[in-house]
Amino acid sequence: MTQLQINGSTQDVNVPDEMPLLWVLRDELGMTGTKFGCGMAMCGACTVHMDGAPVRSCLTPVSVATGRQISTIEGMEADPVGRAVQQAWITQNVAQCGYCQAGQIMTAVSLLKATPQPTEQEIADAMSGNICRCGTYPRILAAIQQAARQLAQGAKQ
Amino acid sequence: MTAAAHFSRRAFLQGSLGALTLAVTAKGWITTAAAAQAETRKYGADSMPGGTVDDPLVFVSIAADGAVTIVAHRAEMGTGVRTSLPMVVADEMEARWERVQVIQAPADEARYGNQNVDGSRSMRHFLMPMRRVGAAARQMLEAAAAARWSVPVGEVKAEQHEVVHLPTGRRLSYGDLAADAAKQPVPTGDALKLKARSEFRYIGKEQVRLVDLEAIGKGQATYGMDMRLPGMVYAVVARPPVVGGRVRRVDSAKALAVPGVLKVVEIPAMQGAPAFQPLGGVAVVARNTWAARQGRDALQIEWDDGPNATYDSAAYRQTLQAAARAPGKTMRNQGDAAQAWAKAPDAQRLAAEYYVPHLAHASMEPPVATVQIKGNGAEVWTSIQNPIAARDAVAARLKLEPANVKVNVLLLGGGFGRKSKPDFVDEAAIIARAMPEGTPVKLVWTREDDIRHDYLHTVSVERLEAVIDPQGQVQSWLHRSAAPTIASLFAEGAKGQQMFESAMSAINMPYRIPNVRVETAEVEAHARIGWFRSVANIPHAFAAQCFIDELAHRAGKDPQAFALDLIGPARQIDPGALADTWNYTESPERYPYDTGRLRGVIEAACKGAGWGRTLPKGHGLGLAFCYSFMSYTATVVEVAVDDKGEVRVVAVDMAMDCGPQINPERIRAQMEGGAIMGLSLALTSEITFEKGRVTQSNFHDYEVLRHNASPRVIRTHLVNDDHALPPGGVGEPPVPPVAPALCNAIFAATGKRVRSLPVRKVA
Repeated sequence: MTQLQINGSTQDVNVPDEMPLLWVLRDELGMTGTKFGCGMAMCGACTVHMDGAPVRSCLTPVSVATGRQISTIEGMEADPVGRAVQQAWITQNVAQCGYCQAGQIMTAVSLLKATPQPTEQEIADAMSGNICRCGTYPRILAAIQQAARQLAQGAKQ
Repeated sequence: MTAAAHFSRRAFLQGSLGALTLAVTAKGWITTAAAAQAETRKYGADSMPGGTVDDPLVFVSIAADGAVTIVAHRAEMGTGVRTSLPMVVADEMEARWERVQVIQAPADEARYGNQNVDGSRSMRHFLMPMRRVGAAARQMLEAAAAARWSVPVGEVKAEQHEVVHLPTGRRLSYGDLAADAAKQPVPTGDALKLKARSEFRYIGKEQVRLVDLEAIGKGQATYGMDMRLPGMVYAVVARPPVVGGRVRRVDSAKALAVPGVLKVVEIPAMQGAPAFQPLGGVAVVARNTWAARQGRDALQIEWDDGPNATYDSAAYRQTLQAAARAPGKTMRNQGDAAQAWAKAPDAQRLAAEYYVPHLAHASMEPPVATVQIKGNGAEVWTSIQNPIAARDAVAARLKLEPANVKVNVLLLGGGFGRKSKPDFVDEAAIIARAMPEGTPVKLVWTREDDIRHDYLHTVSVERLEAVIDPQGQVQSWLHRSAAPTIASLFAEGAKGQQMFESAMSAINMPYRIPNVRVETAEVEAHARIGWFRSVANIPHAFAAQCFIDELAHRAGKDPQAFALDLIGPARQIDPGALADTWNYTESPERYPYDTGRLRGVIEAACKGAGWGRTLPKGHGLGLAFCYSFMSYTATVVEVAVDDKGEVRVVAVDMAMDCGPQINPERIRAQMEGGAIMGLSLALTSEITFEKGRVTQSNFHDYEVLRHNASPRVIRTHLVNDDHALPPGGVGEPPVPPVAPALCNAIFAATGKRVRSLPVRKVA
């Protein structure tokens, strides 16, 4: 039995140690917000946070995740930065098909936590591990800039 | 299923044009088509299976509390149709958008009309039916209110979820009227009163967000990949690495020993033309996706590669090149291009060849389908562009009545043409049949499966030859395409591009050139050739638009001025005069080729980009334009090329005229996305074959544009929002002009011509 801390609650799963966290989340726990895109950490659709840092869950064995705080897209509403990013994503009408967007948002949240006022170049660098085949990159850029502004205003108040 | 039935799945291949395409060796086929269709030809939506339905009782229901439910009958793959079509209904019926709920229709074309989301047709074919649905619902609500008040219907008016009695100001809510309204006769014909444009609240405005936008951001939207059912098992398939190959021997012992693996199921090999058949192979069924993948890795399979085992992209390029240099089948002939070329001195001749490789769609959600067999029926949950094709494939496979197969359409994580083909749903049905009855089976394609076994965009060499006189006037034009045809998917051995392919930017060009010849070379397909967002417009427009730029420079003229001069004054051209008997299945009277609209987008894109301005060193502007899917697009790309030949896209200006702009916010999204998909294929994407096998396997070697290579600036220019015009397509038209605009910009920046995609870097 493996114990996982996901979005603040404890989950027990009975899976092999080497099973990637992605499939534990999706197939075993039914948390399908985290997406399968490539299976080799090339596209970012499966991005989750482990102790606050973005990781590709498709290549993260569940044994590595044990004892860490895991956050997924389902937990972002409870996170102030997550909420700001989600709201900016709506205001900017970012999504087209939307499939990659959970991963995009997870990467954006971790960027803004590490770098609250990123430059355009820092945004481009941080987001380049996340592919969007529909081509929403210009709006992702705008949404991250908007979330950064909003979080900065909120911090002043 | 017969080949003819398969043809009917794509409007490119509709009706007698489709039947004709089957007779690929038939001579004189253009006249045959014209003769066969002169009396009975139906166009546009009327030519599609299921046609259109505009019954409000099918699409709209109103609850007693006033909640309005509108059916979205077309699948959502990212273009926004699941929002935009219900938005049209809501506008016409004066529903408040925040009181509207959208539900997705299952596959049922008899009830809803055509559901094949392909060919940029959703708004083109369903704008008016959805307006009629909404208007009829509004009038039925008004009639119910008038009856309730015993007043003439002319005294009442529907307004934002209420009906008002104008003389007294009395009001009744839609919820109050719902039951009575449903009993009113459905107004038709002259009795049906559509809104005037000035009365629109949502159409043409930017008020309405995607219905799934919030759920997407929270990870709560359900894609085909997210389907879950009690007792569900998961499957992956090991497919023959070569198209047409088969399993010679399989040893499943090690796979079955993997913890979690439940069963191994053989998928029968493909027979004859690929159509929508599974490729064959061996499926591994397990308790979760990962165990299934581990099981597949443990299979020991010996393959018989079959007749395509020697397919090699480098060698095939030579084949295409040789074919493009020899006379082919004539698709359009006007004047005598051969004689003009023969007579012209060398100094007046220009010839160039362009190459566009195979492309994979690579939607972020790979193909996936869930099938559950129940008694004499089956239920399917999948992300598919063509739900009826999925229903028919499953019914045929399981020998069930199509009416007993329910296909639930979930959100698509991208489609781009790949998910028009239900081969993966058929695979899931085959596997479900091998499991205890009632077991839901989710068949998942991995990214490697998706890249290696796609229905690929064709590969082509386009040869252009022109004679340009000393005054800079183009006197003759030859365009010869050498590319395997989509028809080979349905008719084994079909060679040479068909009318529907040539009519995507090869034959249907409106330039003022006295001698024009367009030919197609008869080359064989060795892969599954499918349709990829904007289809044959990609290679045809790439070649023709780069060549026009080359001619402009030869003539010593500004490319914009040269293009406008070549197009000539604003006029409407009968597509038939360009030998185009296809016209995207639309009526030539309703959708003529309008050079004024083409000029309009060229001027808008150039103006937006500041065409002619002084640029920094190493920068260049390039222009290209295209008419496709009844819409006009032009793109100006600004690039910067450094001394190492690295290309950076600084900005893209894209102009589009799609006629009436129904949901401009989503149109702009499609233009931005089309710019990026166009840059992907221009800069980095390429599928190649060696020994019959696709060389690439995932995003490390099939590269698509990432954020750091994306232009920071994409300016969209929507022009000519004219509701008197019939609507044009939106999803596909943004793609074709991007690659040629980029390469023309590279020339402007460096003086170097790039005639082969992907560019990667400038040598």
